[in-house]
Amino acid sequence: MSDLTRLTAAELAEKIHAGEVSAAETTQAHLDRIAAVDDDVHAFLHVDAEGALEAARAVDAGIAAGTAPASPLAGVPLALKDVLTTRGVPTTCGSKTLEGWLPPYDATVTRRLRDAGVPILGKTNMDEFAMGSSTENSAYGPTRNPWDLDRIPGGSGGGSSASLAAYEAPLAIGTDTGGSIRQPAAVTATVGVKPTYGGVSRYGLVAFSSSLDQAGPCGRTVLDAALLHEVIAGHDPMDATSIDAPVPAVVDAAREGARGDLSGVRVGVVRELSGEGYQGGVLRSFEAAVAQLKELGAEVVEVSCPNFTYALPAYYLIAPSECSSNLARFDAMRYGLRVADDGNHSAEEVMSLTREEGFGAEVKRRVMLGTYALSSGYYDAYYGSAQKVRTLITRDFTAAFEQVDVLVSPTTPVTPFKLGEKVDDPLAMYLNDICSIPANLAGNAAMSVPSGLSDEDGLPVGLQIMAPALADDRLYRVGAAYETARGPVLDKLGELEAAK
Amino acid sequence: MSNISRDEVAHLAKLARMAVTEEELDTFAGQLDQILDAVAKVGEVAGDDIPPTSHAAALTNVFRTDEVRPGLSQDEALAGAPAAEEGRFRVPRILGEQQ
Repeated sequence: MSDLTRLTAAELAEKIHAGEVSAAETTQAHLDRIAAVDDDVHAFLHVDAEGALEAARAVDAGIAAGTAPASPLAGVPLALKDVLTTRGVPTTCGSKTLEGWLPPYDATVTRRLRDAGVPILGKTNMDEFAMGSSTENSAYGPTRNPWDLDRIPGGSGGGSSASLAAYEAPLAIGTDTGGSIRQPAAVTATVGVKPTYGGVSRYGLVAFSSSLDQAGPCGRTVLDAALLHEVIAGHDPMDATSIDAPVPAVVDAAREGARGDLSGVRVGVVRELSGEGYQGGVLRSFEAAVAQLKELGAEVVEVSCPNFTYALPAYYLIAPSECSSNLARFDAMRYGLRVADDGNHSAEEVMSLTREEGFGAEVKRRVMLGTYALSSGYYDAYYGSAQKVRTLITRDFTAAFEQVDVLVSPTTPVTPFKLGEKVDDPLAMYLNDICSIPANLAGNAAMSVPSGLSDEDGLPVGLQIMAPALADDRLYRVGAAYETARGPVLDKLGELEAAK
Repeated sequence: MSNISRDEVAHLAKLARMAVTEEELDTFAGQLDQILDAVAKVGEVAGDDIPPTSHAAALTNVFRTDEVRPGLSQDEALAGAPAAEEGRFRVPRILGEQQ
């Protein structure tokens, strides 16, 4: 393995910008790594070697000509979740419906990456239309967790998290509707951030649940995630829900945090996000993380958010309702799959047969659930009540943030489970999101940072940090301080592999 | 508990334009029933005095001046179409044979 794939994005950027290594050789090293391991990991649905190398060579030409790099990450390659459109490069969302589709435009996130000189290695695997917690709902087969190839890499963004843990990419983009950045980060010992809702443009992010969807940065370190955060965040007139406010200074916050002093920071442990249903090793790892935060000088108190126990049911009404409406666009008429267009079927029959063939079981379940929850006679009891719970959860957060600066919990209740273990039990699968959903419903910022390995099975555990909307910088300060004190976790996987 | 019957699932599938199979009807009826039973918990705390929240962002209408901006060309818009003809999307018949 080339050493370049072992470096952080910040280290790579420094070497590339100093002319010590070229962006092209850095990109090639990662393409070689993908070629070597991705048959096993299956993090990528599409590798765009030519496009990535072309972008890298443009960065190298600029450096040779003495022009300043387009961004602090210019030349550092990245893996992009296949739910963000890429002009002329396949975008499937893990669905058969979009097999072979070449988007005619770039998502704003994609365009910002290109403008920043970030070579895009390829598109990463995901649960179909971002619905799932394991990538097993991908129409193209699951991604495997580099820690144990028989286990899930999390979902929906399991391809992005696995690409980082397998050293196929130093940076990745995910999207988080109910935990799809944070849960994959937790189970692979990588870092994932769901920015404040509206912090990163949704233009070109294929919609699942528009009031919850949020793209965000993934990396192996908190600083790398911060550097990427600043590249992709910021106001975009193409997204009506994009926040027109300055991007929080997350890179400065990460650097400040890395100095290891959290005195004056108030941390709240959420009482409702622990206990029954949580794996012992996860809870012990969490308790150790809280103790470490105290050692760093933070003032730790317990806080209660009583309505958080209603977040999961509210989410599984709101998200399916919005998805049933959003996925109506896949009608077999303007793009995507069309079947049974043989002259013997009407447009409506073609539509129904195409959607039957093009969607997988979980997407169908959620579309029907949403159709039910929104239908006359059931609306008040289901969707209407879920919207009220959303109000109560937001109130819980507001009250909690009057007492503390950030909230912490485990990111997931359990370590990564075996592929196939929960795929036929939707409710068991949904429980993976129990800790991550509240932040989506309230639109807050949240991060998962590795908190070590569970003492009972040796598998990764994540610490979740939550901050108020527009206070994303607090995540990075606390996350970086904790990361520095805790020491690297992913290195243990490298040691395991090197010992083989 | 039985919130939802097999016939209701068939009706939902029809509303959602999905030609689900007989086997799927059986599976989905059981699963949707179980899921609906679990999510109905939201009713426990959703009192009349609680206002609903549809969106986390404080939404206000966003205006801009009505200026012509570049968009997709006809060819680009049709490039992903399952079928196109004479610069248009070609769709299956939408009217019955007798009309």
